Amino acid sequence: MDTISRKGELRMMALFAVIVLLMPIWLIPFGAAYPDLLQKFAIFGIFAVGFNILFGLTGYLSFGHAVFLGVGSYAAVWSFKLFTMNVIPAVIFGVLFSGIFAAVIGFVSLRRSGIYFSILTLAFAQMSYNLAYSVLTPITNGETGLQLRLHDLRMIDGLFIEAGEGLPLTNLFGIKMSGYPGFYFCAVLLILAFYLALRIKNSPFGMALKAIKSNQLRMGYTGFNTRPYLMSAFMISGMYAGLAGALLAVTDPLAGAERMQWTASGEVVLMTILGGVGTLFGPLLGAGLIKYFENIFSSYNDALLQETFSFLPDMLNNLMVGIISPFVGDGWHLTLGGLFMVIIIFLPGGIVGGITMVWRRYMKKRGASAEMEGETS
Amino acid sequence: MDSIFLQILNGLDKGGAYALIALGLTLVFGTLGVVNFAHGAIFMLGSFCAVTTQNLLTYSKKVKDESITYFEAFKEVPYLEIWWGDTGSFIIDYKVPFSILLAIPVMLLIGLAMERGLIRHFYNRPHADQILVTFGLAIVIQEIVKSIYGANPIPVPAPAIVAGSASIGSWIGLGESVVYPWWRLIYLANALVVISAVFSFLKFTTYGMVVRAGMQDRETVGLLGIDIQRRFTVVFGMASVVVGIAGVMYTPILSPDYHMGMDFLVLSFVVVVVGGMGSLEGAVVAGFMLGVLQSFAAMNEIKSIFPGIDQIIVYLVAVIILLTRPRGLMGRKGVMED
Amino acid sequence: MNDQKKLARDWSRRQILKASATGAVLAASSSPMFFVKDAWAANFRNNPGNSSSVTLGFNVPQTGAYSDEGADELRAYKLAVQHLNGEGDGGMLNTMTPKSLTGNGILGKKVKFVTGDTQTKSDAARASAKRMIEKDGVLMVTGGSSSGVAIAVQGLCQENGIIFMAGLTHSNDTTGKDKKRYGFRHFFNAYMSGAALGPVLEKEYGNERKAYHLTADYTWGWTQEESMRKFTEALGWQTSKAVKTPVGAGDFSQYITPVLNSGADVLVLNHYGKDMINSLTQAVQFGLRDKQVNGKNFEIVVPLFSRLMAQGAGSNIKGILGSTNWNWSLQDAGSQAFVKSFGQAYGFPPSMAAHTCYVQTLLYANACEMAGTFNPPEVIKSLEGFSFDGMGNGPTEYRASDHQCFKNVLVVRGNMNPSSQFDLLDVVQEVPRSQVEYDPAIFGGKLGPYTV
Repeated sequence: MDTISRKGELRMMALFAVIVLLMPIWLIPFGAAYPDLLQKFAIFGIFAVGFNILFGLTGYLSFGHAVFLGVGSYAAVWSFKLFTMNVIPAVIFGVLFSGIFAAVIGFVSLRRSGIYFSILTLAFAQMSYNLAYSVLTPITNGETGLQLRLHDLRMIDGLFIEAGEGLPLTNLFGIKMSGYPGFYFCAVLLILAFYLALRIKNSPFGMALKAIKSNQLRMGYTGFNTRPYLMSAFMISGMYAGLAGALLAVTDPLAGAERMQWTASGEVVLMTILGGVGTLFGPLLGAGLIKYFENIFSSYNDALLQETFSFLPDMLNNLMVGIISPFVGDGWHLTLGGLFMVIIIFLPGGIVGGITMVWRRYMKKRGASAEMEGETS
Repeated sequence: MDSIFLQILNGLDKGGAYALIALGLTLVFGTLGVVNFAHGAIFMLGSFCAVTTQNLLTYSKKVKDESITYFEAFKEVPYLEIWWGDTGSFIIDYKVPFSILLAIPVMLLIGLAMERGLIRHFYNRPHADQILVTFGLAIVIQEIVKSIYGANPIPVPAPAIVAGSASIGSWIGLGESVVYPWWRLIYLANALVVISAVFSFLKFTTYGMVVRAGMQDRETVGLLGIDIQRRFTVVFGMASVVVGIAGVMYTPILSPDYHMGMDFLVLSFVVVVVGGMGSLEGAVVAGFMLGVLQSFAAMNEIKSIFPGIDQIIVYLVAVIILLTRPRGLMGRKGVMED
Repeated sequence: MNDQKKLARDWSRRQILKASATGAVLAASSSPMFFVKDAWAANFRNNPGNSSSVTLGFNVPQTGAYSDEGADELRAYKLAVQHLNGEGDGGMLNTMTPKSLTGNGILGKKVKFVTGDTQTKSDAARASAKRMIEKDGVLMVTGGSSSGVAIAVQGLCQENGIIFMAGLTHSNDTTGKDKKRYGFRHFFNAYMSGAALGPVLEKEYGNERKAYHLTADYTWGWTQEESMRKFTEALGWQTSKAVKTPVGAGDFSQYITPVLNSGADVLVLNHYGKDMINSLTQAVQFGLRDKQVNGKNFEIVVPLFSRLMAQGAGSNIKGILGSTNWNWSLQDAGSQAFVKSFGQAYGFPPSMAAHTCYVQTLLYANACEMAGTFNPPEVIKSLEGFSFDGMGNGPTEYRASDHQCFKNVLVVRGNMNPSSQFDLLDVVQEVPRSQVEYDPAIFGGKLGPYTV
């Protein structure tokens, strides 16, 4: 079975890569094809995919995952400040430091399960956030966020390039990492991260994690020590978050404490659930949807709506604007909340989970359920 | 000495608020097993019951300020004062106590509607689905309140007679200089009364006994021919009333705004879990304990030794307790452990 | 040594050339937009060219605690756009001097705008500003209601070569250690609050006072505390204690009780927004204002006031001293013209956030007219050192060395007997500009280059 799915896997990866790399084109009709949002799609995609490795496979709900996002960002910006504007060391530092944090927090938190685990992770994240915001300001620059400065050390760059008059840009051996090149950099990492997640899921390690989810106690009785597995899953998941955090700093070299607040942790939980816990594409979809709402729906205002519906007669135009305007602009939260409810009420298990279920039922009706079984896991 | 005494009072007062909020949450979350992220929003709705009462009572005759011509500026005189003179002013002054009369039925209805309309269908769904649907609900409730009342905090003062401070020091021999706001004392007393009422209801009435039995083992109680579903609806309504009263009474201390529920949401989950899942007593004890510790952590003497300790004390205590006591202070085995 | 360095530089230059060639191939094969972007590199970012309109980006908090303030800012921006396009009654266009604006858009191009939500978070604010710059092609970004956001967006705009006209931001850092060539602030700052309040406090409360500070534990709070201490200590006041409080604490009782027996006779609340409303309300409940200490009445001072905050604090604000950038009750022609058009459009008076945002938009437009181009370096040069009047604060100057506006500062008091629901603040004194000026060197920082 493994060999068959390996071929399917490669085909799926190729399709996935094409979809991701062509985002600048097929997202144009949605008004989302500009570098910053594309970068955010890729970065939060990585974050959510990584979160899903922990939550989707093991069932352990971490409510403090944003702390790794923050640590990754801080580490990356410090790498820019101290060493070089090249992004490779920044990404490595980001992943490394979040890995260390994940090891420490995981070591403590994984002693408990269920809601007790969730609250432990939440507590660590909130402590980190509160301290970063206030007492740790020398390291984090508090509320303002850690920024690059002209007189930063940049030890390695200092050897090669004379400092310019303005702030240097993040780069990958000379390719600047803002705009579209930044997006492609993130997109390639997303594809790699996604492939890794896929491999993990289908590996014996992933099987063990799923077994832990279904019944940890029984696993224990068989003499199977679950701790190392959980610990690895937690650390991998934390490092994904660290990678996402580092990429946030790569595309935009600023790291703020609010990246670690519980709302940020909650956001990735929502992304994953919205898309579908444990599914491969679900978290990506959820991340994209939430970021799209945050950036595009919030930008509509009455004037823009008037323009959009200007093809309608005046009265209809005003009516349409009147109906829609409470849900866009400053009302985008309302739309998002409503969307959460509607989706989860009608599609149990999130978008992907729900669609799969509906699809299965439909196929069953047509009496062709057997063949489709393989595609849904 | 004085300062320690005052900090204990502060802590008990804070603790009273935490305990009430956590008590409401633990009825729903610790016992019915529903991860209710809309709990903060219900607390906020309680506060806005007081705001609504205030708005109704002070519905005003508007006297135009003639010096301003570009827009309508009014000096407002409430009709109640025009009609009833001093009696009217008196009623307006006591708007917060009065609003409890409004809050109890309103919150009960809101609780029942929520349970019947939404939560009930999620008892058997995964926790993940519960989180998303209740979070969505919380956002929707917030945005509706914001569109009616705006985002700015709205002042709801306590009755004038208790707006100042009680010279509590002279009662117990600590001297005139030790004072404490009347309203905070009232809040503490109120919290104790509500907590005892909830406990008495659950412990000493047959209805409460059935509910407790149902929390332990829903199926068996169902087999006895008791409609446990309906009782759970009542429990949900009761939880809403408890947290609604907490919200109403808190308004003079914390001017309500549409976002206040989210600020309390995380804290209330922490209190419930530290108290232990499924334990009402645990929630109350944990509430008071965290309140007192939070107050002490803010003392200058302690801050000078551990800078920033007041920022993290609640979470630090949560970590320590959860590591030393696997199920919180008084948790029951097997509730939400997987 | 020198040779070695030169060698290294050559090598890196070659490397950069090579790398950017690969980059270009990569980008060209995948996206046609790269060429568009290359086009402005020769010129300047988002050059409107022959287009008949220009777009401005209004980035304000639309959700979260400051969304009422953000909504008011947005109202002011819409008004400013109308006035620039020659619609409505013209507002301050009638009172501003010197003025190059004609009510014919900017440089003959009609003004359009896009909006975004900062959520009062640096990340969200930068994402929103980037959307405006990358997707909507704005020439200028403005708005915001907190210093953290202002500094974050200002940095972004500098990197992108887009001018940023700050909204409400009061921290010294915005035009101090974090100042940027592309960032401009019309609003006053914590230092000016302290300088303006000092003499008034001396007059009202004497110079033998002991002050206790409660300070919001983040950068704005710290600069506010620092400035207040500097000026009150110069009067001879003692600072008995300065305590930092967590942002969004809600209940401040554990920080207020130590004040009671500290021997201090003045409480300075370095809080803003919700924090200030709660801490002031609770301090009054603890009876601080009825207290007598050292034979003097206990007083509370709130260095930064706004009408929206006064509304939230209700009657607790009565009689309390603070400073503000502008108040609608001012009687000069500029203020009146603005209040008139705002009041007629929306039915209530503008807040100080609305005022600063409106003025900033007009100032940017006027600078473009003066420069005769939208090219940012030229616009910046005509804003730097620009002196003007008739915009509500008396004679004002955009100082070239730090892009901070210098103007009179209002010291206000919570109105004891308001004549209407908007009449919440009484202007005690218009502190003249000369008294709040300072040497830009004291905060450090560097503006950076004109071209990026």
